[in-house]
Amino acid sequence: MSTRYIYADNAATTRPDEEAVLAMLPYLREGFGNPSSLYSLGRQAHEGLEEARAQVATCLGAQPNEIYFTASGSEADNWALWGVARQKAKKGHHIVSSKIEHHAILHTLQRLEKEGWEVTYLDVDGEGFIDPAAFEAALRPDTVLATIMFANNEVGTLQPIKQLASIAHDHGILFHTDAVQAVGHVPINVAELGVDLLSLSGHKFHAPKGIGALYVRRSVLLPSFINGGGQERGKRAGTENVAGAVAMAAALKKACAEMDTEMPRIAALRDSLCQQILTNIPRTRLNGPADSSRRLPGNLNVSVDCVEGESIVLLMDMKGVAVSTGSACSTGSLDPSHVLLALGLKAETAHGSVRISLDKENTEEDADYIFRALESTTQRLRAMSPLWEEPRS
Amino acid sequence: MDYSEKVMDHFANPRNVGALENANGVGEVGNAKCGDIMKIYLDIRDGVIVDVKFKTFGCGAAVATSSMATEMIKGKRVEEALELTNKAVVDALDGLPPAKVHCSVLAEEAVKAAVADYYIRRGETPPEAAMPKGCGGHCATCDGH
Ligand SMILES: Cc1ncc(COP(=O)(O)O)c(C=O)c1O
Repeated sequence: MSTRYIYADNAATTRPDEEAVLAMLPYLREGFGNPSSLYSLGRQAHEGLEEARAQVATCLGAQPNEIYFTASGSEADNWALWGVARQKAKKGHHIVSSKIEHHAILHTLQRLEKEGWEVTYLDVDGEGFIDPAAFEAALRPDTVLATIMFANNEVGTLQPIKQLASIAHDHGILFHTDAVQAVGHVPINVAELGVDLLSLSGHKFHAPKGIGALYVRRSVLLPSFINGGGQERGKRAGTENVAGAVAMAAALKKACAEMDTEMPRIAALRDSLCQQILTNIPRTRLNGPADSSRRLPGNLNVSVDCVEGESIVLLMDMKGVAVSTGSACSTGSLDPSHVLLALGLKAETAHGSVRISLDKENTEEDADYIFRALESTTQRLRAMSPLWEEPRS
Repeated sequence: MDYSEKVMDHFANPRNVGALENANGVGEVGNAKCGDIMKIYLDIRDGVIVDVKFKTFGCGAAVATSSMATEMIKGKRVEEALELTNKAVVDALDGLPPAKVHCSVLAEEAVKAAVADYYIRRGETPPEAAMPKGCGGHCATCDGH
């Protein structure tokens, strides 16, 4: 068994940056005050919180009072959809989304459907892209919101968000994007993009878990989501996670500062690993965009014929590599990933999918080791697969 | 995913993997669409399973249940093999997560399908116990387990 352990599941979560951990420690120790308290201990906590808000706003090209801290990306998604639905119910009861959204979006939409809302789930093409013309065609006079994810968590597809937001606005419709996978990984400026609401989550860019944020453009009225005290300008009650917010701001600042140098390096590493897999392991295919510039830099998703994903993940783990899969067997349900099926993959191909999500901590040696681990895992599983026949040469 | 040590052992070091050239009973259940296929090869002499091998496409539990099922019927008489239940396989593996119990059903069905094939090849009618009773490899019926 290997002593080496390569973490290549950065789409699931990331290791907190040392800077983020160090930034939060004072707020867990001597600076533990409640930001709502009037005395100095409280004021210091308040200051830390507001500096964090300003930092997050700067990184996104937003104003500080447009940033609301939440406990997760899921909460930000839930709030954005429920809030707009609630606010706009008089205007109409129709929402436009896509088939490849995260469950934080899909399950919230399903709940709204139970409450009488109508939702159009747009198809995507074989690489996961939404057709802007189809998007526009789906908008109706009673549509009040469009929600389309910035970057897909399984196959890394980067949607043309700026274009979609502009189309929505032409029709007077609010636009939300779940940018949980994108923030800290690709350049994002809310003013330039023109989105009205945007969700993010700290643990996807090297902050700790349990902190996220919702950007809400100033002109958008969103009802309060959690009721109680007057925190977050009366919109989201609950004594603030100051340490988490401070850590998230530190991690985002670092990610944005390093983006220009790190992201091309990671994308190149991903591209060469992809090439290595596709040329050397027979009967493998790439899932998601082939054009590396239209894909999250660290995301690689491949299907390996005749083997099943959970078995790959377990064997890779024994070799010291952490990756994930869109196979049903990993989710406890019998259906493979809704994203891979929406891309048009056959269920059997989706069952054999592996997602490798690289990050700034991964090196060329890591990529090489991942390749060799996947190659030997594939050989081993194919040798016991009733579907596999050795190619005759 | 909560796999017992036994499941992980049978997954990491599966017993009886492979095919038998001289098998006189072969059973295959499941389908690729659902994510598991099990194929069991039996070499039966004088009513005794003298050798058994399997090939499985599927998750950790699918491999482990195939491995355990083949261990449990090796050296047994055909009638005894037909008494193998999915529950016995689960127990022998110190349990399976609820979502994976269908894999053990598949293992039981694979053994029965292989034994039924043995009877059919001999021109005999397979005993009632060899007839598939459960899913026969259809996803929908597994949903309830
Ligand atoms: C696209 C997307 N949206 C939302 C979420 C949920 O974020 P969180 O884990 O912070 O609730 C995730 C995380 O898996 C994600 O990838």
